[in-house]
Amino acid sequence: MDKFFQPQAPRQSKAQKQAADSQLQPWVEKYRPKTIDDVTSQEHTVAVLQKSLLSTNLPHMLFYGPPGNGKTSTILALARQLFGPDNFRTRVLELNASDERGISIVREKIKDFARQTPRAQAVSSDGKTYPCPPYKIIILDEADSMTQDAQAALRRIMETYARITRFCLVCNYVTRIIEPLASRCSKFRFKPLDPGSTSSRLSHIATCEHVDASPDVISALINTSQGDLRRSITYLQSASRLSSSTVPPTPITARDIQEIAGVVPDVVINDFVATLGVEGTNDMDIDPSPGSGSKSNFDAIRKKVKEVVREGYSASQLLSQLHDLVILHPTITARQKARCALVFAEADKALCDGADEELWILEVALRIHKALS
Amino acid sequence: MSLWVDKYRPRTLDDLHYHHDLTARLKSLAASGDFPHMLFYGPSGAGKKTRIACTLRQLFGPGVEKLRIDQRVFLTPSKRKLDLNVVQSNFHIEITPRLVLHSRTYLPRSSCIYTVNSEVGMYDRVVIQEILKEIAQTQQVDLNAKQRFKVVIINDADTLSRDAQAALRRTMEKYMNNMRIILCANSTSKLIAPIKSRCLLVRVAAPSSEEMHNALEYVAKREKFDLPPEASQQIVEDSNGNLRKAILVLEALKMQSPDLSGPLSIAKPDWETYCHKVADMIIQEQSPQRVMDVRAKLYELLSHCIPATVILKTVAERVVDKVDESIKADIMHWAAIYEVRMRQGNKKIFHLEAWVVKVMSLYKHSFYGIDLDDFEE
Ligand SMILES: Nc1ncnc2c1ncn2[C@@H]1O[C@H](COP(=O)(O)OP(=O)(O)OP(=O)(O)O)[C@@H](O)[C@H]1O
Ligand SMILES: Nc1ncnc2c1ncn2[C@@H]1O[C@H](COP(=O)(O)OP(=O)(O)OP(=O)(O)O)[C@@H](O)[C@H]1O
Ligand SMILES: [Mg+2]
Ligand SMILES: [Mg+2]
Repeated sequence: MDKFFQPQAPRQSKAQKQAADSQLQPWVEKYRPKTIDDVTSQEHTVAVLQKSLLSTNLPHMLFYGPPGNGKTSTILALARQLFGPDNFRTRVLELNASDERGISIVREKIKDFARQTPRAQAVSSDGKTYPCPPYKIIILDEADSMTQDAQAALRRIMETYARITRFCLVCNYVTRIIEPLASRCSKFRFKPLDPGSTSSRLSHIATCEHVDASPDVISALINTSQGDLRRSITYLQSASRLSSSTVPPTPITARDIQEIAGVVPDVVINDFVATLGVEGTNDMDIDPSPGSGSKSNFDAIRKKVKEVVREGYSASQLLSQLHDLVILHPTITARQKARCALVFAEADKALCDGADEELWILEVALRIHKALS
Repeated sequence: MSLWVDKYRPRTLDDLHYHHDLTARLKSLAASGDFPHMLFYGPSGAGKKTRIACTLRQLFGPGVEKLRIDQRVFLTPSKRKLDLNVVQSNFHIEITPRLVLHSRTYLPRSSCIYTVNSEVGMYDRVVIQEILKEIAQTQQVDLNAKQRFKVVIINDADTLSRDAQAALRRTMEKYMNNMRIILCANSTSKLIAPIKSRCLLVRVAAPSSEEMHNALEYVAKREKFDLPPEASQQIVEDSNGNLRKAILVLEALKMQSPDLSGPLSIAKPDWETYCHKVADMIIQEQSPQRVMDVRAKLYELLSHCIPATVILKTVAERVVDKVDESIKADIMHWAAIYEVRMRQGNKKIFHLEAWVVKVMSLYKHSFYGIDLDDFEE
């Protein structure tokens, strides 16, 4: 209960009753950037947007990039900085994949929304002044899940209401946005977060939350989340709940993070590859593998695969760890590595297509074994 | 009278028999006010559903066990009506977007989806959308509720269409104040990255053999009979980590021979025996006529709603047990290849049949000692 007495993070307006919840809020929401300056790592984007904030002249925009790197946060923060809390509702329309976005519905909604010409009302109830430019912003979040038809219809809508609206399309896969639409927008690529920014953002949150996060822990977070800041924040919060709930509280360890992130433990991986005939390196103390030489390699490998599947590890996680181990292995030859690389690629594609995980783990295992013998 | 699997299903986190570390983690999560969205994944019968139910109870108290089932009607964009049963309490709501064959047949659940009402399958996005919005917009009315949020459980989340998954994304963020989502799936590979990025992933491994023995022991004790160690051993080996299957088998065996002594014969489900027959046919003879005969059998299996992947895997496992070491890997290789093609294609039977032909040819060649190294694709 010591949380109760901790100083509270400074709050930004909004309804009071929501503020009371802020301690119970998940950190990803609590530390969602409030202004575009809070957005880390996307320097280029932020710099351009800063300028347009000053001139208050926005182009149509297309934000794209992998999950959890600040796309939604940036556009929401920008809109808030432009219009302030009072006008936000009347000036910003957010439509995401959970809204009905058939052609006719989008057209209706946008028509309704865009009908009244916006009037400027610069001074807001919180005493600040906002630029409040004379247009409305329509955010189409998760735009890559819109059908081609709906996107095509959007072209016309964008033109019809060009004077009084600005569109911001947000998506993960820019290739799923049709070209005529993409070409009407200024494109902003959101990079996966670099280790430096991830580290400083995580340390900042850890300090605010009075959590002890050692450099080991931070680096485990960076490695497991691969540029997805939302994921690393979720991991950190989960780990801190666990560590503070034991009696007496224990510090968070890198191993905790890996467990939460679903990383397959080294012993399991090493044991697995030993069955495939991969020689142990110095840091893997495994008995000489029973696999090589003995009669039924196939059965030994199949048995091992079944064991791993029973543990429930995600196939893609397992494959990526196997990949790293094989490719960096000191004694496997380049030719052998090349053969393994082929099967990793095939398996990745197959899993994306929804293939059976057990069949493909077995396939990868058998092919690595073959490549090495 | 309920089945033992239901009767002795643990109801609270403290009752759970294994994975104590995980149990402790769930407890601490439930105790802190900031419960995250979660994704439980792991093999069939490992106890995911049970663990989720226990976690809910920890969150809300015994009130969550007062369930009601509502028949709900959803309207598709094309204005057609969909009927779906929705299970809910005052604190949570549970949806299974696609109908799934009942587990009594011992099938791995996620692989045996067949959509009775194919409309629901196609429009799972509509269902998700409506239910989430509804939950998100209603405040918790029960003043005694221990949490301010309601929980939405989505079973078989790995069968959700991409559309439905996309519909979850922003909703999961926007309505975090009064809603949490718990997804339950066999694997995480079929879930899109943005969903995984919004959840705390919880892996539920299958119980070890010893843990399964203990769980069976426990059931036997509650039913007041002695479980001979050999019987327990045999059941555990047969069930391959699926505790549901083990308990069902125990109950069935107990009915057959009350003292559970002597060698037990664990009845295989019909479809499995049938698949083995198919495998034997492939090995006995390799000819165009045999392909036709096998095809008829495969059709029969498919028409009984046995999922093509399960058929392929079961037949392949049996075949490799009976052939020479030199072609085992190839047979599994082609099984892996044709399984993916089956998913992308339209007609399952084409790919099953192609695999059968491939296996016959491999077998025949190996039989006549022909080297197949230049036979690869
Ligand atoms: N660049 C960033 N700077 C600061 N915080 C960030 C950044 N990127 C992500 N976050 C954190 O992660 C959370 C999620 O970010 P956001 O919703 O903007 O991601 P997104 O790019 O829209 O992802 P998705 O593609 O999954 O929708 C934020 O609430 C914030 O806590
Ligand atoms: N921790 C446990 N201790 C004792 N028995 C358990 C435990 N977990 C599950 N069981 C038993 O195993 C049965 C199957 O569990 P459950 O339905 O939770 O599996 P599941 O992982 O959801 O499977 P599926 O993926 O097939 O839906 C339960 O009916 C219960 O009897
Ligand atoms: Mg987003
Ligand atoms: Mg289940």
